[in-house]
Amino acid sequence: MDASSSSVLEARDLQQRIAGPSGVLDILRGISLSVQAGETVAILGASGSGKSTLLGLLAGLDAPSAGEVRLLGQTISELDEDGRAALRAGRVGFVFQSFQLLPALTAFENVLLPLELNPEHEGRSQVEISAWARDALKRVGLSEREAHYPHQLSGGEQQRVAIARAIVDRPAVLFADEPTGNLDGQTGGRIIDLLFSLARDPDHEDRRTALILVTHDADLAQQCDRILHIQDGMLA
Amino acid sequence: MTGLFGRGGMRTWVRGVWREWRSAELRVLATALVVAVAAVAAVGFFTDRVDRGMAQQATLLLGGDMAVVGNDPIPEEWLAEAERQGLQTARTAALPSVLFTPDDDSRLSALRAVDRDWPLLGEALVRSTADRDPEPYTRGPEPGTAWLEGALLQALELEVGDTVEVGELELEIAGEIVREPDRGSYLLDIAPRLMLAFDDLEISGLIAPGSRVRYELFVTGPATQLERYRDWIEERLEPGQRLRGLDDASPELQVAIERAERFLGLASLMAVLLAGAAIAVAAHHFAQRRADPAAVMRALGASGRRILRLYFGHVLLIALVASSVGLIIGFGAQFVLSALLGEWLAGDLPPPGARPVAAGFGVGLITAIGFALPALLRIGRVPPLRVLRRDLGLPPASVWLSGLLALLTFGALLYWQAADPQLAAWVLLGTAGALLVLGALGLLMVLALRPLRDHGGMALRFGLANLSRRGGLSAVQLVAFSIGILALLLLAIVRVDLLSAWDASIPEDAPNQFFVNIQPGQEEAFADRIEASGLERPQMDPMIRGRLIAINDQPVQPDDFDDDQTRRLVDREFNLSYAEEPPAHNRVIEGHWFHHGPTGEAADDVWSVEAGLMERFGLETGDSLTFRVGGQPVRGVIANVREVDWDSFRVNFFVIGPPALLGDQPRTYITALHVPEGMGAEQNRWLREFPAVSAIDVSAIIEQVRDVMDQATRAVEYVFLFTLLAGLTVLLAAVQATRDVRRRETALLRALGARRHHIRRALLAEFGSLGFLAGLLAAIIATAVGALLAWQVFEFDYRINPMTFVFGIVGGTLGIALAGWLGTRSVLRQAPLGVLRGPE
Repeated sequence: MDASSSSVLEARDLQQRIAGPSGVLDILRGISLSVQAGETVAILGASGSGKSTLLGLLAGLDAPSAGEVRLLGQTISELDEDGRAALRAGRVGFVFQSFQLLPALTAFENVLLPLELNPEHEGRSQVEISAWARDALKRVGLSEREAHYPHQLSGGEQQRVAIARAIVDRPAVLFADEPTGNLDGQTGGRIIDLLFSLARDPDHEDRRTALILVTHDADLAQQCDRILHIQDGMLA
Repeated sequence: MTGLFGRGGMRTWVRGVWREWRSAELRVLATALVVAVAAVAAVGFFTDRVDRGMAQQATLLLGGDMAVVGNDPIPEEWLAEAERQGLQTARTAALPSVLFTPDDDSRLSALRAVDRDWPLLGEALVRSTADRDPEPYTRGPEPGTAWLEGALLQALELEVGDTVEVGELELEIAGEIVREPDRGSYLLDIAPRLMLAFDDLEISGLIAPGSRVRYELFVTGPATQLERYRDWIEERLEPGQRLRGLDDASPELQVAIERAERFLGLASLMAVLLAGAAIAVAAHHFAQRRADPAAVMRALGASGRRILRLYFGHVLLIALVASSVGLIIGFGAQFVLSALLGEWLAGDLPPPGARPVAAGFGVGLITAIGFALPALLRIGRVPPLRVLRRDLGLPPASVWLSGLLALLTFGALLYWQAADPQLAAWVLLGTAGALLVLGALGLLMVLALRPLRDHGGMALRFGLANLSRRGGLSAVQLVAFSIGILALLLLAIVRVDLLSAWDASIPEDAPNQFFVNIQPGQEEAFADRIEASGLERPQMDPMIRGRLIAINDQPVQPDDFDDDQTRRLVDREFNLSYAEEPPAHNRVIEGHWFHHGPTGEAADDVWSVEAGLMERFGLETGDSLTFRVGGQPVRGVIANVREVDWDSFRVNFFVIGPPALLGDQPRTYITALHVPEGMGAEQNRWLREFPAVSAIDVSAIIEQVRDVMDQATRAVEYVFLFTLLAGLTVLLAAVQATRDVRRRETALLRALGARRHHIRRALLAEFGSLGFLAGLLAAIIATAVGALLAWQVFEFDYRINPMTFVFGIVGGTLGIALAGWLGTRSVLRQAPLGVLRGPE
């Protein structure tokens, strides 16, 4: 089987430049990579090395200055903003360093969000997708907290809600940006186990999630199938 | 920023402000203030001009800025003194006189002789030939000629070019008077006008000892000289001569101007209120955004007071600059307004004075301080621990402090703008009540909407969730939007109700003719005659002349009273009347009608007195009044107080007695009726058949009063435009204050796969719901405040208008959904990458 045929994410010669006060700055310089379904990949690098920029480009949150990203078989640069959103809906999950929960929504409503945005679920009843959301909250141990608003939850609980939101629809690709950055060691460990279980879930061989972790934590990176080191905008 | 903490002086400080200026939230604050001050300044400049214009209208009806009226000729010395002071004068003399036609027909006329300088203000409209439109004249008739009112020409079947005889004079009719600019002060002249040249009167032989001549001197010119001249004249007034100012111009006009001024005041108050709301919203946002740098400063050792001083200084400087810009914009805007209004306002509006400039700065600074200070105080009290724990926010705003400061600020501005403590107090009360009720009801309604979140899908849920999130910004927005809609509804309601009160006060079929001097015994025949002409049978009111000689059996003299108008009332004869029933258009507000006493007894020696007269003389029910009627004292006790609508142009009496008290006194009858256009000839036939009867044409006076009211209405409508604009800026300020949060949330939603239509629906759901709630709340409060204002200030009955709710809810939902959409649609272009930058 050709490597690219089962890859869920492929980047070719990615470049990102921005105009700064002291001239043009190269953030990323010719990055190419490929990620298979169910594969876990760590992108490791120091602060300012371009990790988060790379994550943004790979997830289709931004367009590169040059090069190409293929996400789930679609070339990102060929899609407009709405097309990229539709591509992500329900199939790409995120865990952000700063949780990024919507403060106006309860824990349950935050988790429900990706399900409601996924056009594949349009025919399903609210009861059905609500059950999925509750199940995801249960898996992160927050069943009792579903009616709470983010500001009523601790940092660890907020991150677990964010994880539940990321895994609720079993995305094909899950991007995690320093997922344990704000957590204590014990909580962080549980979160990591949960994320890895998605990629290695024996019950869902056909739909295993590719996990792409951006981190500067070498121990965490060691748990991944593959580690990509990024330095000065290039893969080392 | 460090320089601000050192000894960098003004330049560093200003540089700090400049850095602040580049941050969006302070620009929002400044923009809100610019628009607020612009609105206030435009209203200020414009109402200043309108006020001056209205004063000119009043001077027009009075005939000058000041008038001296008396039975003695105006001494030449007075004219010379006026000229010496740089004032302009005009003299007139009026007396009733019979005029004769060459066919020996005759008619009583209100003769008025005017000098070369009449009219001092305005123009007379005179038709010089029957088939031409009337033309404006800035002079009276030439010597040897006369101008006659239409009623007189028709009654005597005369035409322009014919001659009439007055005294020893033979005058050629040179025109028909269509409008006499200062006719308002002659409301009580009982006969139609004949106008001639002043010099002609002197040679007419009409002026003899005992002639009832009313001499008038009109004066106009700069205020200071007028004041000096007034003092000079006051020392020289003879008994029977009196000074008249603009306040005496015409009671009807006075009512109109007072109402219009109150109304313009109210309109600008609403602009001030909205300004405050906009500042509060912007300041709230400003404070939120300053939490981090303030926490860092505190962590580094800056005191809370120092931080407050820093930001307070910034806001103050911004307020000064914004006020200047607002003033310039406001100044420009009022020129556009004046140009728009040019065709409605008679003549040019006077230029605006400097007062609104000071007022603009005052309003800008006071509004900025009063509404922004509570938010700024919070920055000073940010916990320094926030540098380590971002979940520690600003301390909660002190509701009491914010409320009290806003109330004090708004109260002060209200008082200054309204120049009417009662109006200010009521609006303040209404507003404070509205804020309290808005806050409480708003929260309840938001809670009531919560079940909908589970049924409407992502967009509605997200929209409604944004409504019910944290008490803070949403509550401020809800209140701000509500106030915006409230102000508009309130003004619309008060405006509509005020206009309908005006219209009702001068209905289309308001009597346009008064018939007086109907002799006893002829009243039924005269009524029969009018009825025979196809008009409704008029009511004939007996009129008995009596001079007030005693109150509570104590003799009264004009000199017993300080007030000029009260003196005049005592000085002249009252028109008394008698009636079995209270007049249909009067309302008994205290006591009982004559035969409706508590025990049903009929009393003979009682009076019914008009409320204003009661107040003027400090009377109470149970007091006795004695009038000298036909040489005999007639005494009665005040049994009841009537409220009289003087705008109605109906026959009204200050004092009415029961038939038993006055029925035997010498009397004539008076009636008022609406004689439709085209029935002038028929009316003349009545007058021929009843030669003693005189007709007073009030349609010209009504027309003049209506014109002034029309202009006032236009002015008020245009002032509303500014209030509307101010309301919109509150909406936009609030929308802009939430833009950062929306950007972040939109980025997140986009990252999670939301497409444009999801975001659009969520925004529309949020703003639509907000508009719905705000509109509903505003309609409830507007109805309450409108009723309160109508009842307490404008003194008319108020009916709840269901359209208030329709406009409030539909307008609020659509308007705010649209405004919110326009203000936030840029977030649709928000790239989802922003989500990686983390929360601010």
